[in-house]
Amino acid sequence: MEEAELIERVKQAIASQTPLCIRAGGSKAFYGRACVGEALDVSGLRGIVAYDPTELVITARAGTPLAEIEAALAANNQMLPFEPPHFSPPPQAGEGLGQPETWPALFGGLVGGLVAPPERERERESSSDLLSTNALSPALPQRGRGQNAATLGGMVATGLSGPRRPWGGAVRDAVLGVKLLNGRGEVLCLGGQVMKNVAGYDVSRLMVGAMGTLGVLLEVSIKVLPRPACERTLVFETGGRPANTPTSGMPVSASLELDGRLYLRLSASSRCVEMAADSLGGEAADPEIWAAARDQTLPFFQTDLPLWRISLPPAAPSLNLPGSELIEWNGAQRWLISELPAKALRQRVGALGGHATLFRNHAGVDEVFQPLQPAMLALHQRVKQALDPHAVFNPGRLYPEL
Amino acid sequence: MNPAFLADLRAALPAHALLIEAEALRPYECDGLSAYRQVPLAVCLPETLEQAQAVLRACREHRVPVVARGAGTGLSGGALPLADGIVLSLARFNRILEIDPENRLARVQPGVRNLAISEAVAHLGLYYAPDPSSQIACSIGGNVAENSGGVHCLKYGLTVHNLLALKVLTIDGELLEIGACGKPGALDSPGYDLLALMTGSEGLLGIVVEVSVKLLLKPERAQVVLAAFDSVETAGAAVAKIIGAGLLPAGLEMMDNLSIRAAEDFVHAGYPVDAAAILLCELDGSNAEVSEQILALREILLAAGAVEVRTAEDEAQRLKFWAGRKGAFPAVGRISPDYYCMDGTIPRRHLARVLGRIGELSTQYGLRVANVFHAGDGNLHPLILFDANRPDELHRAEAFGTDILKLCVEVGGTVTGEHGIGVEKLDAACSQFTPEELAQFHAIKAAFDPDGLLNPGKAVPTLHRCAEMGRMHVHGGALPFPELPRF
Repeated sequence: MEEAELIERVKQAIASQTPLCIRAGGSKAFYGRACVGEALDVSGLRGIVAYDPTELVITARAGTPLAEIEAALAANNQMLPFEPPHFSPPPQAGEGLGQPETWPALFGGLVGGLVAPPERERERESSSDLLSTNALSPALPQRGRGQNAATLGGMVATGLSGPRRPWGGAVRDAVLGVKLLNGRGEVLCLGGQVMKNVAGYDVSRLMVGAMGTLGVLLEVSIKVLPRPACERTLVFETGGRPANTPTSGMPVSASLELDGRLYLRLSASSRCVEMAADSLGGEAADPEIWAAARDQTLPFFQTDLPLWRISLPPAAPSLNLPGSELIEWNGAQRWLISELPAKALRQRVGALGGHATLFRNHAGVDEVFQPLQPAMLALHQRVKQALDPHAVFNPGRLYPEL
Repeated sequence: MNPAFLADLRAALPAHALLIEAEALRPYECDGLSAYRQVPLAVCLPETLEQAQAVLRACREHRVPVVARGAGTGLSGGALPLADGIVLSLARFNRILEIDPENRLARVQPGVRNLAISEAVAHLGLYYAPDPSSQIACSIGGNVAENSGGVHCLKYGLTVHNLLALKVLTIDGELLEIGACGKPGALDSPGYDLLALMTGSEGLLGIVVEVSVKLLLKPERAQVVLAAFDSVETAGAAVAKIIGAGLLPAGLEMMDNLSIRAAEDFVHAGYPVDAAAILLCELDGSNAEVSEQILALREILLAAGAVEVRTAEDEAQRLKFWAGRKGAFPAVGRISPDYYCMDGTIPRRHLARVLGRIGELSTQYGLRVANVFHAGDGNLHPLILFDANRPDELHRAEAFGTDILKLCVEVGGTVTGEHGIGVEKLDAACSQFTPEELAQFHAIKAAFDPDGLLNPGKAVPTLHRCAEMGRMHVHGGALPFPELPRF
């Protein structure tokens, strides 16, 4: 569907008060609450609109595959600094950290929160849909298919960032502007293509993490950064105790603690990385771990049990909750596989200043995202009303009331 | 003033925290944009959250507009009082509440000065990155309202990138925690990103009563390189080459010949006064990295056609190089009775075109213009020189400024990079936004403030105003706070 057709479709939906579920590659369909409504396929909004590497800004249509954007940036030695997850099959089945036999488990997990399109539609979409059985077929090159599922729009709507986030910023930090179709059927250009811009409210950043509940993203402009000259991954045996490696002042760009090991990535000029590595010690490790953590292809993530994403002040003490844990972002993002009831878990997390999202395998739990305080929820409802007065976009995807 | 409202204010505040006498109100009649002046009904200086809440409830009940004010250093009239409204000064919310080096954050009240945060954490080797030029005086609450920048935005971002949480009072006096659940420090929060929405909202959505800011580790070393060019175009192309080569300077500033001469006369920074343009490029980080990058930078600059490249030999020379840039505004003030500071941002690739066009406009309007430019992030500060005593010149300066801002929008930029719309750029904002976009902003405002009592009439022009706009009423003139550096 081209932009003009899509706008027409949305206007009809507004006129008939038909709820729409916005969808492109479906790579993050598992994430968040289920949406009830007609599918609105935005994967036709594709292509890079403007990219001048010396401006450090890229503008692309929202359905553009992340892989396409990342390839264009890589060709100019640049990157999306927040390393957005793709949640797609591993680059090469049977190699690296993600093993193909883990896929059925993930596949099962994916079905949970999905929009269930009518049979006919599902068939039609099968060529581009992660859900199709073809996606798991060894006959097809999984690389292209998998990497193409995640799109720019989905990246912004979910607002999820990867390993570099505490050091390189989040998706929301990099969003400079959006072209948005609001719930009145109007196309708005908000923000822009420049880094410094204080004209008007920052509505483009408001879209980040809004799960598509405020409008349809048509185009997004993102600040990009040069790739570090050199990167090195190190692993330290920490003997199961919380890691306490003195990394202050070190060019750390990712951290991961799992099973008594601490993985660190250093990013800087080669001499600087070498000096830091010499002073830190540790062993060299496979840098693939970062993509595997980002896309959750690590064996840790292959589970049918509830997977929680817990966001905390980095120095918050250990959660001390039953379950297995993987810690990223220098302590600020903790993944917990636990059957603990949501309420008890959130109570503990809240006491430490954090919040918890039921990231995967949330069958039967309604409160996927941390519930909001009543005054905050009321404000959210008014903000939703301001942008999508007829409640057409992704109803219920974020909170039942939005 | 309505006696019932006054009685409510008196009940809400101790006597010394309520100003109603004409002479006491006078200092509040303008902010950093002194061309606009208006005495408010009253000035409230609450000292506690409860007092601020009570003031807001009184205003809500009596439908009295509220203009929040920090240090009053803003350059776009955001804190300009309204004749029928009160000024809510956060000046007495001036305490640093918590410094948490473990989580690299400081929790402060909104009246704390920007620089005071960095000073308070300097002993820990930490600092707060955004450094607007008025940082010795401006308050962090005002920085949040304006999403203030500074010279290090390319690498370290604006205020919005350096906040972790806010506490905000709604017009109903209700306290909202934005961006944190209880204790600040987490990197994200559930729900919509209201932290981003609040930042830069110019006091139209809520009253900031507490700010949690990120603290960064002070870089081991900072070094600055000065490069001279014989044309502005070559200097602009050199900026693109620096970025294209993968360097991310902490600061990257450009000055044209008129600014160079003015600054050199004023500060004696050692600038090459015959250069058509200079670039100041600061690199920071670890010793090893800065050493490597300085060498690479020199090569890039020479290859890009710099006629002279100088690396600051020591900290004193580094500060001297910066002093010229930071003194550029007052320096220009010495060579012209008045000047009008613009604040547009453009995609950098259009620099040559925009500066060329500004040059043509300068001839056309018969007014000189000095260009200083945050080259790294595309934020232009053309300073239009004029003499307000000649009746026609102010008018020409206004028209010239309007043309510059329109030009910024035409090439895909914005009418304000860091100073805000305030009252100053309401008309310019009409050229940047469509009626639908403005209506969307007003709808968002109504979601927070249904009666339109928080700083009404600022930041977002009414549709009516834009439709009626026949001529621009942009006023410039000398800046108050002449002692503050402005860049």
